[in-house]
Amino acid sequence: MTSPHSEPHLDAAAPGSARPAAGSGVVDFRLDNGLTVVVIPDRRAPVVTHMVWYRNGSADDPLGKSGIAHFLEHLMFKGTKAHPQGEFSLHIAEIGGQENAFTGNDYTAYYQRVAKEHLGAMMEFEADRMTGLVLTDEIVAPERDVVLEERRMHCDADPNAQLSEAVQATLFTHHPYGTPIIGWGHEIESLSRADALAYYARFYTPENAILIVAGDTDAEEVRRLAELHYGKISPRGAAPERHRPQEPQPVARRLVVVNDEKVEQPSWQRCYLAPSHRTGAPGESETLDVLAHLLGGGQTSLLYRKLVLEDKLAVAAGAYYMGSAFDETRFYLYAMPVHGVSLNELDAAVDRVLASFMADGAEGAALERAKTRLVADAIYAQDSQATLARWYGAALATGQTIRDVQEWPERVEATSAQSVLAAARKWLDRRRAVTGFLLPAEDQAA
Amino acid sequence: MNMPLVNPPAQSTVNVRELVSPRGVRFWLVEDYAVPLVSLEFAFRGGAAQDPAGKAGAATLLSGLLDEGAGDLDSQAFQQALDEKAIEISFHCERDHIGGRMRTLARHLDRAGELLRLAVNAPRLDETPFERVREQMNAQLRHEANDPSAMAGRSWRARVFPGHAYGLPTNGTLDSLAAIERGELKGLAHRLITRGALHIGVVGAIDEARAAKLVDEAFADLPASGDLSEVAEAPFAGLGGIEVVDLDVPQSTIRFGRPALMRQDPDYIASIVLAHVLGGGTGLSSRLFREVREKRGLAYSVSASISSFDHASYLYGGTTTKKERADESLAVIAAQILDMAHGGLSEDELEKGKKYLVGSYPLRFDTSAKIAGQLVHIQLEGHGPTWLVERNLRVAAVTMADARRTAERVFGDGALSVVVVGRPEKV
Repeated sequence: MTSPHSEPHLDAAAPGSARPAAGSGVVDFRLDNGLTVVVIPDRRAPVVTHMVWYRNGSADDPLGKSGIAHFLEHLMFKGTKAHPQGEFSLHIAEIGGQENAFTGNDYTAYYQRVAKEHLGAMMEFEADRMTGLVLTDEIVAPERDVVLEERRMHCDADPNAQLSEAVQATLFTHHPYGTPIIGWGHEIESLSRADALAYYARFYTPENAILIVAGDTDAEEVRRLAELHYGKISPRGAAPERHRPQEPQPVARRLVVVNDEKVEQPSWQRCYLAPSHRTGAPGESETLDVLAHLLGGGQTSLLYRKLVLEDKLAVAAGAYYMGSAFDETRFYLYAMPVHGVSLNELDAAVDRVLASFMADGAEGAALERAKTRLVADAIYAQDSQATLARWYGAALATGQTIRDVQEWPERVEATSAQSVLAAARKWLDRRRAVTGFLLPAEDQAA
Repeated sequence: MNMPLVNPPAQSTVNVRELVSPRGVRFWLVEDYAVPLVSLEFAFRGGAAQDPAGKAGAATLLSGLLDEGAGDLDSQAFQQALDEKAIEISFHCERDHIGGRMRTLARHLDRAGELLRLAVNAPRLDETPFERVREQMNAQLRHEANDPSAMAGRSWRARVFPGHAYGLPTNGTLDSLAAIERGELKGLAHRLITRGALHIGVVGAIDEARAAKLVDEAFADLPASGDLSEVAEAPFAGLGGIEVVDLDVPQSTIRFGRPALMRQDPDYIASIVLAHVLGGGTGLSSRLFREVREKRGLAYSVSASISSFDHASYLYGGTTTKKERADESLAVIAAQILDMAHGGLSEDELEKGKKYLVGSYPLRFDTSAKIAGQLVHIQLEGHGPTWLVERNLRVAAVTMADARRTAERVFGDGALSVVVVGRPEKV
């Protein structure tokens, strides 16, 4: 059963924060104008994945302008002085390439997947739109309608999405992670061309960008092409600093409820405020990765065994941890009740499972299985250049280093039963959490 | 005009071999040692179209139980055995086949082979997981009961294939799932899971001899053939009509389609190119994207493509738009389809469409799991290993005359069968 949090296109970062191992051939360097470059060679097929990540996402939207990062992502496809009106997209389509973009809390990224001989052309186009975007009101207005339709489709018509938005807005009382990536509808309606251009001028700079090239290439070729195309862009001084208002110490356990007549299958979720890889102590986020897997990673996890198999209160149960975030982040639990079981019963059962875990800790065999699985994920990831590119990009854009990514398996291996238990006791505290109930309309609720 | 603008390479970047194991199991193999893992994908022709009458969802339920205990391992023991070595084995069910995939680190291949053998040959189908997985399917049905997109797809298929298996949901309904008895699934497994219906793709750090041993271990002891019901060709109904399914939401979710050409038809490849020009790809190259999203801002997503099955083939597309403008969106879509039918396709569009389809084909082969999936997909479509090269040659060979002829055959009078979920103001 899938988790209730998936948001295609709007990127809530990869679930969990599992990252690749070694990546032995990975090379990184910086151009004179400050652009960070990462090369991930993969010679198996004659294709390359070319990505540019900007270290700004929805959490950097100016007050009252929620959704501007995502709106600008849409507008970036509208053309430049040199390549007007979709020339870039049409060129990609013509060479059989694929392209897309996504906006997260902490980053905005653009990518193309093309045959390797087109890498230079992709760089030329992408470098051009780092500074050359042209916007008119005739372009901006219909695209704002598209984004409003996107919001209606993914959020307004879907009670699951409404609950997730309400949980996040409640968990983050002060930090902008509480605002949806796509923005609130009433603020999207007022976003203008001038807003978009001001945001673009502030964040779309070489110092603020990360170029990732994965695939059938090498560092020498990427350096040569990157200097030729991206190197032409003038430096703009330092990258913008990300100073977001931080959360106060949470003290209140919170419950939010969405009732909707469209709901026939209730669901339950809980979201804890937890340290991210960047804000946590060394090894802490890896410990939370292991904890999430032990509690809710698949059919042998504790929540699944207790709630689904033994107590038969749930049809699905799981957990995940979003370690790749610039500021304090989320540790999720979710469950779907068996028909006829109330969410209050399910909520109490989850707390019983957590209480017994915090009393007894993890079984040794279960801990070993969790570590085996997470370390293997890092090897499986090497099978996909697109996955590797995305993991390195998300890590670097949230304040981690290449070394952090490469040493992740070792730090997972080093996780002990004691550290997992200590992390559970410290962070899975209900005062740090918001619980969300999705229920049928009140008059229908049993 | 006569210059070939699309020149696909005459060889594939993937080196696939069609092999037969010592015990006579056919399989396709791609050796690749870059990453120390092995992916295996397999499928048995059959699938949800073989669900017994009144028991829609039975084959899907069966597929959900194949990794829930086998041999002397109960459900939890089987799952723990997978976890101990980070082996992945999962099953799925489609309209025309039931299948599965395995992924393992090369060093755990022996154990992975044992577990795959158990799951395929000796699934326990125990009472407890049977009830649980059925309840999980029920929960999923309730979860999407009022989801506009799920409702639109279900209603559209029921409308165009009334009385045929293709009109039924592969995941069943609350009623049809309740009617399924556990004992029936054993019978269904015997009918579906047989050597005669099997197609296999193996990819990764594994040589021919080891791959042959793996497929023999997993599949050689299966019965030679099963007992598949005859599935009739599915006639397409409901053309020229619009069905509105009421749901109180701010948007209207539209699904539309019309019959298309079967895979065996000589113009099938041309129809794929046409559908791509109409509504494929991810953006501006698609007519519907340009007209519906880019020019008018009517919707976030709009697309159309050919859906091809063993006993039916159709053009299928959709969009989601605000209820005040549902009629406008439908009119724009219908006009584009009619224009394609009436020879509106330009040479430039045809060439660009072909270039895209040729150039993007390698992106389907960039991970071991995707390659294994493609190897099985190609076999299920009835092709040999040469298809990896031939497919692009066929796309490149589509001429303007082919495209015009095919447009008439596929788009005809432009009539559509349409379902709209929501409260459209006019349609």
